[in-house]
Amino acid sequence: MIVLTPLKKFKFPVYAECINPDVFQNKSIAEIAVLPVYEGNKQKKLGELFKIEENPAETPNITINGDVGEVRRIGEGMKNGEILINGNAGMHLGEKMSGGKITVNGNAGGWTGSDMKGGIIEIHGDASDYLASPYRGTSKGMHGGKITVDGKVGSDSACYMHGGVIKIKGDAGPFLGFSMSDGVIHVAKNAATRLGANMRGGKIIVSGFVEEVLPTFTIDNVKPKVKIDDTESVQGPFYVFLGDLAEKGSGKVFVSKANNPHMRTYEKFL
Amino acid sequence: MTELLIKNGFVFDPSNGINGEKMDIAIKNGKIVESVNERKAKKIDATGLTVMPGGVDIHTHIAGAEVNTGRLMRPEDHVKDVVRKTAITRSGVGYSVPSTFVTGYRYSKMGYTTIMNPSMPPLEAKHTHEELNDTPLLDKASYPLLGDWWFVLEYLSKGNLAECAKYVAWMMGTSKGYAIKIVNPGGLESWGFGRNVHSIDDEVKNFCITPREIMCGLAKVNKMLNLPHSIHLHTNNLGLPGNYITTLETMKALESVATDDKPVAHITHLQFSSFAGEGWGSMHSAAEEISNYINSHSHITFDMGQVIFTDTTTMTADGPFEYTLYELSGHKWVNSDVETETSGGIIPFHYKRNNAVNTTQWSIGLELALMIKDPWKMFMTTDHPNGGPFSAYPKIIAWLTSKKARSATLKRCSKKGQKRSLLPTIDRELSLYELAIVTRAGQAKALGLASKGHLGVGADADIAIYNVNPEKIDIAKTYKKVRRAFGNAAYTIKDGKIAVKDGEVVQHVDGKTMWCDVQTAEPVKIDDEMKRKFKEYWTVEYDNYPVYDHYLKVPSPIIVKADV
Repeated sequence: MIVLTPLKKFKFPVYAECINPDVFQNKSIAEIAVLPVYEGNKQKKLGELFKIEENPAETPNITINGDVGEVRRIGEGMKNGEILINGNAGMHLGEKMSGGKITVNGNAGGWTGSDMKGGIIEIHGDASDYLASPYRGTSKGMHGGKITVDGKVGSDSACYMHGGVIKIKGDAGPFLGFSMSDGVIHVAKNAATRLGANMRGGKIIVSGFVEEVLPTFTIDNVKPKVKIDDTESVQGPFYVFLGDLAEKGSGKVFVSKANNPHMRTYEKFL
Repeated sequence: MTELLIKNGFVFDPSNGINGEKMDIAIKNGKIVESVNERKAKKIDATGLTVMPGGVDIHTHIAGAEVNTGRLMRPEDHVKDVVRKTAITRSGVGYSVPSTFVTGYRYSKMGYTTIMNPSMPPLEAKHTHEELNDTPLLDKASYPLLGDWWFVLEYLSKGNLAECAKYVAWMMGTSKGYAIKIVNPGGLESWGFGRNVHSIDDEVKNFCITPREIMCGLAKVNKMLNLPHSIHLHTNNLGLPGNYITTLETMKALESVATDDKPVAHITHLQFSSFAGEGWGSMHSAAEEISNYINSHSHITFDMGQVIFTDTTTMTADGPFEYTLYELSGHKWVNSDVETETSGGIIPFHYKRNNAVNTTQWSIGLELALMIKDPWKMFMTTDHPNGGPFSAYPKIIAWLTSKKARSATLKRCSKKGQKRSLLPTIDRELSLYELAIVTRAGQAKALGLASKGHLGVGADADIAIYNVNPEKIDIAKTYKKVRRAFGNAAYTIKDGKIAVKDGEVVQHVDGKTMWCDVQTAEPVKIDDEMKRKFKEYWTVEYDNYPVYDHYLKVPSPIIVKADV
């Protein structure tokens, strides 16, 4: 419906929480063009930074054509509707969203899906650090919804996760699922160290290589396959680790048996 | 512009017995005067508006080491409340531990002009005054924490009150303080060794002194020094179920110090000291017992320490209590020992409606406020930010002045908490006159601030004007309107200058920092013995310790002649 095209390559970060289907709803092009945004510390109008057109043929509520890697807070708090970004997206994409769908045909910045409660985010490129992690200092992370990333993911992702599903088709950085208490994370490739540190509940499944599992985890058994959600499961077999015992946690870390021959030493504890 | 005339407002000035009369107020050179030249003076048309003295807050943690540590440890508190700069105001962050400038702006928007920063470890006094310098639009003062200072404990345990008084007087000047603050007397010294005191007769190890002796001793010292405020007391066992017995014992112990009708102690955030019950499961209100006592005695004043249902940051010098809170909540926390002086602790806390204990706490604050018959003994605070941020004051005003507002909130609270609440049995609703006492006049009187909290000739021209027409609206029924009006003052006038208009800051005015210059017959000698003690007791040298005069941006010393 609404198509936004950036008028220039942004030099300063742009804060555009108004790019949100709930805000655009029932507004004319002229009304959308005057919505306030910040470019650096200057307040501007949306129409000054983007070309705004209406295209009845397109299905998503908002389409952004072009690189908006410097544009932050797109779709913040959105409840329904759909955003399609043909290019990179900036930090805080879909923060606090509770419904609807965001698709990125490019890479996403830090804190994507931070604090999200529902809805779907699909990233067809890489995601930066702090994917689905809450802002610093908070212990209220992702509560629900689904995030899929086709590429790799940076460090400290899914911290304090309380629910929802994250599927990563590439590699994951260190501290994945730090202090999580519920929810499911699946990494199709390799995961860096310290995954699940401080976790108290939930599941982390790694189908690729993991250098080591934290010493505060204990091996429980070997499982042939693991369920991600009601419709999908991953074929194993997997070593199942319980932890983080330092937090009296009951989280589970599943590590592929086939791709981690160095973990065979754990089998003697079974 | 030096002359100002506020015309035709409904004036509420309890100190001078003015209750809603239509009057003009004349201002010249920052003071209230009999009259001004009507043609020359700038006029403010206050027809249909309520005019009160500027608000006075007797207890609010807005500056200093612990507030700043609270800011550091709570980035998530700031991110939800970002304040951008305007042509006049500076940027900052808000919510439970706002930055200094935002603190000044937000208080001023509510019509407050004087605030008291209640816990300043003397070691951190320089830091505190630096922050106070950066808090605009407000006059302020700090209370140094003296209840567990080694010098005080030493001289009190020897029974040498005169010597103790000399050192307290010296400390007021050294830390640029205003009143004696006592927090969990004896407990903080014990906390340095991992212990605490559990009643007012427990002995503090190393000093052979009891909390009772500390409180009564300092109350007597306070009298000897003729300080304007009484001792400012945070009781033992604060925040624990069943602690109202300790509170009653404390008040009874202080009876011995009272010789006339004047209050000898101010018990701060009394709500946290009025819990009955054996444990958290059976915790309920002791407001009835406490208010019965206060109603029949005249030596105590107190402030509410009202709880607001929100996510806030608790911070107090009561380290052991903060540790108890950590054990209850498991949240991130900070705790520290301030050398020879005090301790400190900080932990975020979320007061929830659906929690029976939090509902009871909310209820106790209001019960106390409404059951005490004499409004001159009771003052409105949230113990910012311990019970909630000060920006929630309009909500408390609505609860105090309207039963309808109280019922509307209570209805949404925990069922168990509702059953335990005494609020449904209380019909009292404060009038605007009583409200003016509990938010400004009474506080100024308790603090001994002669030129604050009233609109008589000679008073400082600190005035708040609210968009409330007492002839047209019934504040008990239209509480939402009252809440809006008290949150956005129509005008706030600071030192005769218009600081806020229609809820927006329109002018930057620097506030004064008040402190007591206590003059004793024979001042403390800074001799080799004292310097040796400094070397032994403190991590700083003596020369780096005092707050020198140039530290205060706008100093306003109050000369006090002591009896010793």
